[in-house]
Amino acid sequence: MSPTRTMTLNMGPQHPSTHGVLRLVLELDGEVVVKCTPHIGYLHTGIEKGLESKRFQQGIPLTDRMDYLAPLSNNLVLVLAIEKALGVTPPERGQTIRVLLTELTRIKSHLVWLGTHALDIGAMSVFLYCFREREAILDLYEAVSGQRMMSSYFRVGGLAADLPPGFEDSVQAFLETFPTRQAEYEALLTQNPLWRQRTVGVGTISREDAIAMGLSGPSLRACGVAYDVRKAHPYSSYERYQFDVPLGKAGDVYDRYMVRMAEMRQSHRIAAQALAGLRPGPINVADPKLVPPAKQLLRKSMEALIHHFKLYSEGFHVPAGEVYQPIEAPKGELGAYLVSDGGTRPYRIHFRAPSFVNLQAMPRMVEGRLVADVVAVIGSLDIVLGEIDR
Amino acid sequence: MGEPETRTENRDEVQVDSLVLQRLREQFGQALLEVKVWRNETTVVLAPQDLQRVCRFLRDDPNLAFDFLSDVTAVDRLELPESSPRFEVVHHVYSLQYRRRLRLKVRVDDGQAVPTVTGVWPTADWHEREVYDLFGVPFEGHPDLRRILMPDDWEGHPLRKDYPVEASPKWWEEEPA
Repeated sequence: MSPTRTMTLNMGPQHPSTHGVLRLVLELDGEVVVKCTPHIGYLHTGIEKGLESKRFQQGIPLTDRMDYLAPLSNNLVLVLAIEKALGVTPPERGQTIRVLLTELTRIKSHLVWLGTHALDIGAMSVFLYCFREREAILDLYEAVSGQRMMSSYFRVGGLAADLPPGFEDSVQAFLETFPTRQAEYEALLTQNPLWRQRTVGVGTISREDAIAMGLSGPSLRACGVAYDVRKAHPYSSYERYQFDVPLGKAGDVYDRYMVRMAEMRQSHRIAAQALAGLRPGPINVADPKLVPPAKQLLRKSMEALIHHFKLYSEGFHVPAGEVYQPIEAPKGELGAYLVSDGGTRPYRIHFRAPSFVNLQAMPRMVEGRLVADVVAVIGSLDIVLGEIDR
Repeated sequence: MGEPETRTENRDEVQVDSLVLQRLREQFGQALLEVKVWRNETTVVLAPQDLQRVCRFLRDDPNLAFDFLSDVTAVDRLELPESSPRFEVVHHVYSLQYRRRLRLKVRVDDGQAVPTVTGVWPTADWHEREVYDLFGVPFEGHPDLRRILMPDDWEGHPLRKDYPVEASPKWWEEEPA
């Protein structure tokens, strides 16, 4: 038998199935992947460097650009880290609105994952349905912030503004239709023999390997590890909500699919509780050194004017120290490590991006398998290159 | 003025942290150069040469079981009051079983290497490459220490404090006609 020669194939960074600008160098033996080497950095925009020269409140819009499919999760991790260092917590209404919107964000992010993942594997129609539902959530984003994607709605100490009139009805309408819509997508895929052939037993990773590789989010829970930051270390008063943490078993592409589908139902459940729990009240902490005064006060109160001026010219000081704040983003454990030197800008801020860590485990899932499985695995990891490269 | 400080101060967690510190003190004593607790987070500073054995102990001790490495990053202390040694490499470790988090730090001068923890937690691989790329801190024993976010032929390390925020890289400029 003559020795086989392997072929090196470059996939990306402009390949449509790599979900952005991911480049993989695949070493192939026929159609079997012998070695897979990811190359990243094509979207590196120096977000962490940029934040060092912005005042704390100014940094929020930059974080939208990390995981651009879940901008509010990124806003949340930044404001929570700053609030932790400051030692403040927003009032109940502010927290409830944050939970409501971040859970809608999770549904929105999972919808893009489902649509593109199915598209990659060859199920075109799911994509169109998912984007229809996503539109409804984008409309809600637009209603609260004026922006469909880069909404930058959360602020240190609370929110940019209270909910607009009629918002609760729009959310209610969405929550009423969504479960039947989701059942439709599942009818297209879950028992579909073609879908199962492409996903069951594909891209398997063991529980031990998943932990060793730092996998988090649905990709870790698909291996049966019950780690969800919302349960393990509740933030934004998640401890008050009833929800389950869906788990998989096999750690393959199909289980990751099943976990995310179940998660959308849980997010729906949390969002419904948050909506029902909305009570009138303040949305921001009552600290004029942190939150700008109401517009009408500016015309009457000299003190309010001074606070306003100081906030927008100097910003607020965060005590010297360091904190690590993790949250359960749609992709996994999103962490913000903040170092403050007591000034008005972060001395250093680092984001633990779940996609960055999850992608690292990919070679273990595809080596020894077919090229076509690479596409299925990338989709099942739900990576966003904006977050990987930051 | 302001909301009452409702920090997520949880008595159990503080006790849990002191349990970790107790185990570490028993085992390593003098190797813990500094221990700080702020905002309910525990930080332990170690000498670089002790990092690997402490990490291995943290992972393997059944009462601690820090099996999950969340993150590795660095801080350039150039503009802090205490600026020597210049770099601080920060590890955030987590125990899935006990739900505890711990921050480990080692401090090194410019050019001095930090021992890799890829042998303890394989996930450290890309994190350490990122620190090497953006700060220029080398990791001793790393299996594949290459730049990861910046191009291979990039000069300088962008997250250093003396690296300008707006820099025009040389290779970006047009060549003379």
